[in-house]
Amino acid sequence: MVNKTNILPAFKPALGFTLLYLGLVVLIPLSTLLFKTLAPDSLLSWQGYLDIISNERVQAAFKVSFLAALLAAAIALVLGFVIAWTLVRYTIPAKRFFDAIIDLPFALPTAVAGIVLASLYAPNGLLGKPLTELGFKVAFTPAGIVIALIFIGLPFVVRTIEPVLQEIDTSMEEAASSMGASRWQIFQRIIFPNVFPAALTGFAMAFARGVGEYGSVIFIAGNMPYVSEIVPLLIITKLEQYDYAGATALALTMLLVSFALLLAINIVQMLLRRRTFETLAPVVAITP
Amino acid sequence: MSIILKNISKRFGNFAALNNINLEIPEGELVALLGPSGCGKTTLLRIIAGLERPDSGQVLLQGEDKTHKDIRERGIGFVFQHYALFRHMTVFENIAFGLRVKPRKQRPNETEIKKKVHALLELVQLDWLHDRYPDQLSGGQRQRIALARALAVEPEVLLLDEPFGALDASVRKDLRQWLRHLHENLNVTSIFVTHDQEEAMEVASRVVVFNHGNLEQQGSPSEIYDNPVNEFVSRFIGDTNVITLEKHHTDWLQLSGLVIVPEAANSVHIRPHDLEITKSSSDSAATATLKDWQHLGALIRIELAKQGANGSPETLYAEMPNEQFKRLQLSKGDKVECRIRHAHWFDAA
Amino acid sequence: MNTHKLTKIAINDPVWVRYGLIAVSLATIGLFLLLPLVTIFIEAFAKGWQKYVTELSDPNALAAIRLTLLVAFICVPLTTVFGVASAWAIARFEFRGKSLLTTLIDLPFSVSPVTAGLIFVLLFGAQGWFGEWLQDHNIKIIFATTGIVLATLFITCPFVARELIPLMQEMGSEEEEAALSLGANGWTMFWRVTLPNIKWGLLYGVVLCNARAMGEFGAVSVVSGHIQGLTNTLPLHVENTYNEYNAVGAFAAASLLTVLAVVTLVLKSFLEWKQQRT
Repeated sequence: MVNKTNILPAFKPALGFTLLYLGLVVLIPLSTLLFKTLAPDSLLSWQGYLDIISNERVQAAFKVSFLAALLAAAIALVLGFVIAWTLVRYTIPAKRFFDAIIDLPFALPTAVAGIVLASLYAPNGLLGKPLTELGFKVAFTPAGIVIALIFIGLPFVVRTIEPVLQEIDTSMEEAASSMGASRWQIFQRIIFPNVFPAALTGFAMAFARGVGEYGSVIFIAGNMPYVSEIVPLLIITKLEQYDYAGATALALTMLLVSFALLLAINIVQMLLRRRTFETLAPVVAITP
Repeated sequence: MSIILKNISKRFGNFAALNNINLEIPEGELVALLGPSGCGKTTLLRIIAGLERPDSGQVLLQGEDKTHKDIRERGIGFVFQHYALFRHMTVFENIAFGLRVKPRKQRPNETEIKKKVHALLELVQLDWLHDRYPDQLSGGQRQRIALARALAVEPEVLLLDEPFGALDASVRKDLRQWLRHLHENLNVTSIFVTHDQEEAMEVASRVVVFNHGNLEQQGSPSEIYDNPVNEFVSRFIGDTNVITLEKHHTDWLQLSGLVIVPEAANSVHIRPHDLEITKSSSDSAATATLKDWQHLGALIRIELAKQGANGSPETLYAEMPNEQFKRLQLSKGDKVECRIRHAHWFDAA
Repeated sequence: MNTHKLTKIAINDPVWVRYGLIAVSLATIGLFLLLPLVTIFIEAFAKGWQKYVTELSDPNALAAIRLTLLVAFICVPLTTVFGVASAWAIARFEFRGKSLLTTLIDLPFSVSPVTAGLIFVLLFGAQGWFGEWLQDHNIKIIFATTGIVLATLFITCPFVARELIPLMQEMGSEEEEAALSLGANGWTMFWRVTLPNIKWGLLYGVVLCNARAMGEFGAVSVVSGHIQGLTNTLPLHVENTYNEYNAVGAFAAASLLTVLAVVTLVLKSFLEWKQQRT
C-alpha cells in the first residue's frame, strides 16, 4: 500500500489535543530553563554562568556524577551483555522469572531502591559487613554511587541488546562454522559487529540516566561535598538556598550534556549501520 | 448500481498513481481491474470505495455524484486484501457488525440479525464456524467470511482488493469458481482488483487493463485476448512471441504466411498457438530448430530456435494440443517449418 | 528464524563458556536485583507483623498514602487520554513534523527528575515567573499538592503513548477501515474495534504510568517542600522515616511501593506471554 488512508476520523482533534497537552505540560515548563538563562533580564549572564560552572564544588560534583555514571555504565554493559546473551541463547530454569525481574529497576521507585541498597552496603549491612572486613568500603563513598548506578543501568543494557541478539540469523554462524571459524572468531567477526550499535545505545542510555539519577543514589552516597556529592543533589541544595541561578545553570548543563551525548550516539549508530552492512554483506573470510 | 468514473487523477507526492481515468461499469457486471503492481488499480478501487479521495475527477454512483461523500454513504461493501476481520470477535459477531452499528431506526433486532447472519454463513457454506475466532480459520475460510461480512449490509456494489492474493494455488482455483457462481446468484455489481491475468480472464465478464496509472484497454476477456490494442496489453495478457522487425529477416515471416505491412509498424506479436509447426526436410528460411518442449497437461509448449539477422539465435514458442504433438513425432534437434496463422502489429515505442 | 533453544551443533558454545556465563548472569541478577527485592520485605518485617502495621497506621504514613493515591488518581487518567490521543494521531496519520513530535513526547525521559522539579519551581516558585501573581492571589502551587501533580504529569507524560504508538503502528488500520466501510461512525469504530485490539498494551501502559506516578521521588522532592502530613508522598515518607533512623517505618512504606512494582512486572510478563501466543 503506497499511502495511509486519510479517511480515518478525528485527526485534527487528536493532534490538537496532543499539541496542547504537550505544550502545557512539557514544553512550556522545559522552556523556562532556557528563558531563565537567555532572557535579557535573566538571572544569568554568560560570565555568571561560567562563574557558577567553574566553582570548585560544582566541578567536583560534575566529576563525581560523570565518572561514577561512566564506570557504572561500563560495568553494566559487560554484565548486561552477559545476561542478555544467557537469556537469549541458553535454557535456564525459571527463565521467565529471571527475564521479568530485569525490569525491577524500571518499576521500583528510586527512593525504595536507594534505601535498600544503602542498608545492604552499609558497614553493618548484609553485604557491607563482609566487604568492610575485606577492606572495601562501599556505602558513603563514591563506590556506593557506582553500585547504585549499576542497579539502575542494567535493564537499559539488557533490554537494548536482547532484541538484537534475538534477531541475529544463526545461519550466518553456521556458515562461518562450516568454513572453519572457531566460536570466538564467530563472536568477534559476526556477532559482535551486529550487536555493537545496540550495546552502545544501551551504554549511552545507562550513562545518561546515571548522570541525572537522584533517589537511588543519595542514601548510599554519603553526599559529602567534593567527594561523593552528585550534581542533582547540588541542584537541590542550591534551590534550598534560593540560588535559582546556580540551580538553573547546573540543570541546563546536565541537560545539554545528555542531549549532546544522545546526538553523538545517534551519529555513531548511523555510521556504524552503514559500515556493518558493508562488512557483513560479502562472504566472511576466516584466516585460521 | 452503475458506476461512472470521470477524469479521475491521483498523485502520491511525485508519483502519478492515476492519469485521467474514464470508466463506466454497468449494473450487475463482474469486473476485473487488472495490471502489474503499482499500476493504480488498487488506488482506483479505493477511490470508488471512498477510502481515498481523487485529486480531480468525479465518482458517480447510480448517477449521483459521490466524489466527496464519506465511505459510509456510498452503499459499498469492501473486502480487504488481508480480510481485516475483527480479530477479537467471533465469526458471527464479525458478520453481524455492520447490522449492529446501523442507526437505531434502521437497526434490525437481534432475532433478525441472527437470521441474516446464518443465512449469509450458509451462502458461503461456513455456518459451522460461526463461533470461531479469525485466527482459528484457514485463509480461504477467512476470505469467505470477509465476503459474507461485506454482504451483510446489502451493498449495491461489492469491491474486492486482490481477494485471492494471499491464498494457496489450489484454494485460489476453487474460490475463483465459487466467486463467479456467487456473483451469478447475487447479481450485485462487483469489482475486483488483481495482478493475475489468468484470474481476471477466468472470473470476470469484463476486464479493464491498467498500466502506470493509465487505462490501456477494457472489454470482455475474449476481446482483450483476441484484439489487444497495444503492445502492453498484448504482452500482459496470455503468452506471446515478440519479434522486432529489424532483427529478423522479413523473408521468413512472409514465407510463413505473414502479410508484411510495410513501414506501418515494426513489432509483430504472435500467440504461441498461432504458430503452427510441421516436420521439415528442406532448409529454407522459414525453418527453425526444435530445441525442447514442456508438457503442460493438455498443451505442449515447444521451444524453437531461429537464426537471427546477425547470426545470434532467437527463441520462439509454439503451443499445440497434446495429441497433435504426438502425431508429429518430433524429437529434439529436428528441423521444423513454421506457419503463422495470425499476428498483431504494433509500433514499438 | 532464530529459536531460543539452539540445538544446532555447529553453533553451540563450549560447555565451560555456557556454564560460566550462566553463573555470572545468575549471580549478577541475584546480587543486584533479587537480593535487594527480598531485603525490602525482610527489613519491613524485621520487628514483626505488629510493628509493620503500626508503622503503616502512623498518621504521617496514612497521609502520605492518601496523597500518593490522589496524585495517581489525577495523573493517570490525564496521561492515558494524552497517550491515546497522541498514539491515534501518530500511528494512523501522516503529517509533517511527525518524528519531531514523537521525539518531543520522549523528552521527559531524558530529563533528570531533579531538573523536572526545578522547572516547575522556576515557573511557580516564589521567585518564579508566576511567583508574584500566585502570592498575590494566595494560590500555592509549589510546596502544595498542585505542584506535585504538575511535576508528576510531566514525568509520566510519555508512558502510555510509548506503549501504544508502536502497538498501533504494527496493528495497521485495516480493521478500522473495515469498520467504517460497514457503516460504523468514529466513536463506534474506536470503542468496538480499536480499543479491544489495544487493550493489553493500554493496560500495561496505564499500570506502568501508575507505578511511576506513585513512585516518583526526585521531581516531587523538589516541588513538595517535605511538609510532613501535608505534602509528603509515599516515597518522600520513605525518605523521611529512613533519615529518622526508623528503618521499619521506611521499609514498611517501601514494601507497599514494591508490591506495586512486582505487580507491574507480573503484568508485563503476562502481556509478553499473550503476545507470543498470537
